[in-house]
Amino acid sequence: MTGLFTSPIWPLHWLALPVFLPVFSAALLILLHRRRIRLQRIVSGSSVAVLLAVVVALLVSGAGNQHLVYPMGDWPAPFGIVWVYDRLAGLMLLLTAGLAAISFIYTVATDEDRRGPHFHALFQAQLFGLNGAFLTGDVFNLFVFFEVLLLASYGLMLHGGGARRSRAGLHYMVINLIGSTLFLFAVGALYGVLGTLNIADLAQKLGQAPVQDYGIIAAASLLLFVVFAIKAAAFPLYLWLPATYAETSAPVAALFAIMTKVGLYAMLRVHGTLFDAHTAPAAFVNLISPWQIWLGILTLVMATLGVLAAQNLRRQVAYLILASVGTLMIALGMRTEAALSAALYYWIHTTVLSAGFFLLADMIRRGRTNGDDWASAPPITRMVLIGSLFFVYALAMSGLPPLTGFVGKILILSAALDQPLRTPIFATILITSLLAVIALARSGTRLFYRVDQPVTGMPPAAGPNRLGWIAVMSPILIAVLMVIAANPLSSWLDQTSAQINATPDYIHAVLNPPTMNADVLAFPAHPEHAATPTGAHQ
Amino acid sequence: MSLLFALLVGTLTATGVFLTLRAQTFPVVLGLTLLSYAVNLFLFGMGRLASNAAAVLGAQTQYADPLPQALVLTAIVIAFAMTAFVIVLALKTRAELGNDHVDGTTDDAQKDDSSQ
Repeated sequence: MTGLFTSPIWPLHWLALPVFLPVFSAALLILLHRRRIRLQRIVSGSSVAVLLAVVVALLVSGAGNQHLVYPMGDWPAPFGIVWVYDRLAGLMLLLTAGLAAISFIYTVATDEDRRGPHFHALFQAQLFGLNGAFLTGDVFNLFVFFEVLLLASYGLMLHGGGARRSRAGLHYMVINLIGSTLFLFAVGALYGVLGTLNIADLAQKLGQAPVQDYGIIAAASLLLFVVFAIKAAAFPLYLWLPATYAETSAPVAALFAIMTKVGLYAMLRVHGTLFDAHTAPAAFVNLISPWQIWLGILTLVMATLGVLAAQNLRRQVAYLILASVGTLMIALGMRTEAALSAALYYWIHTTVLSAGFFLLADMIRRGRTNGDDWASAPPITRMVLIGSLFFVYALAMSGLPPLTGFVGKILILSAALDQPLRTPIFATILITSLLAVIALARSGTRLFYRVDQPVTGMPPAAGPNRLGWIAVMSPILIAVLMVIAANPLSSWLDQTSAQINATPDYIHAVLNPPTMNADVLAFPAHPEHAATPTGAHQ
Repeated sequence: MSLLFALLVGTLTATGVFLTLRAQTFPVVLGLTLLSYAVNLFLFGMGRLASNAAAVLGAQTQYADPLPQALVLTAIVIAFAMTAFVIVLALKTRAELGNDHVDGTTDDAQKDDSSQ
């Protein structure tokens, strides 16, 4: 273990900071929960700020250009848990930290954290789980981080209380507990057959697995796909999402915009690595991707029907998130480098903008006397500015030019041109975009044009404060920057998707780390798993 | 032993699935608990069943795979925390919605739904 603090891997410890910083802040915040909210905000806010700085520094330094492997406790790869930092993980960490910053600013702006004692501790625990899930290279460790982020999300989702929130929370929790059980069944079956839990090692062992085990491996992988589809809210496992996102508080819903992406990320990382065309046996290469495309199409259709039928703005935004999950699933199912790069562009766009849209919906809801449903109401304070923001968000989310939704959908559609399934993909994406435009135009009309006479004698509700404006406008700023810098961004994303597709490099980096000490004790593997592939078990 | 073990896991899973599909919160919580028992046994079985084998290297020629035992321990701790949380949440919804149906479907709640 002396190798831990010797120079060669010391810079690697920066990789651990995005995980350890939030967990220590969370512990500190639990101790501080009786102190003034101001102190808690300082601790939580500085944690988010440092996290953002570290994540940006990691990304800018180009550390992810190779796969950086961080062995926990200096145990070498198949035996110990490793965290792997590459471009994709770096991008996800940056998205998480950025959303956390926006959500934190809006929390402070609306005093949402005063409605219960442990908001900031749960918030940091949520970041801990998310960052861990994005960095880990071990399937069981992924399960543990899923549980961490889910447990924190149950607390955050219920924060503030209320009967409808509790009911939605119960559904959310029960479905995710079932998902966790399935996850364990899948992990257990994979371990039982392949004898390892490290993702890179799993991919390598899969190549050597005897043919009679293929059925079990395929069943376990499809079970894992179900688990990730619950997290990503794909058809038919999406029913928990609209109620959960619409009933929880706005900053929490904004942070949850990354939660569906965790499921998609896990599909990309686990199934993408295991079933890569370079390493996996031919029987597995196309095991998942047709499911992804067809379930993506169905999710997109159902979500768009939900967008049309939603009875208030928050529910409509929740269904828009669902629609973006469908679009992303379609793009991930194509499995070409161009499609992956397009999906990543759309991924950033939808995460950031749907978070901002939730905050805007909350701003509208606070200004109106009867919330954000479609009944007419007296005019809200700063109606013109809020209405213009709604217009910009609606343009971006429905995929009209000039904002990022348009660019993202164009990239995905042009990547779909040479796909065998291009006809259903084109039809679904284009028609659902049109329906989303219609639905959002109708919502805007109902919210901003059908205005009652102001009630005389009632003081107008206070408008949003400056921090609220910052939180709502910064996603638009990011979207504008993403359009202006679309060319460098998409060439960076092209390299990222090339790196994701270079699975042999990933496996090599994880299993043969350059800093591994020569004197590390090699463990005798258990006889059941150490035997040659043909005699692996009875 | 393997057959008995497999039957046990299967029975626990089937009971768990059946109870999870009930409409009251208490059976659902029981069902989730049974499912977690089933998955713990399943994980344990994935290290292969062997009698007279300790998870200690070097003491015997035959030893048990220690990793599934570590996995089960982790899974037990997590399932324990989750069960505690879901019980508290079930009690909270029972108090707030006035009944223990998972959808809270009293007449009030349905009216509440239709006015959304």
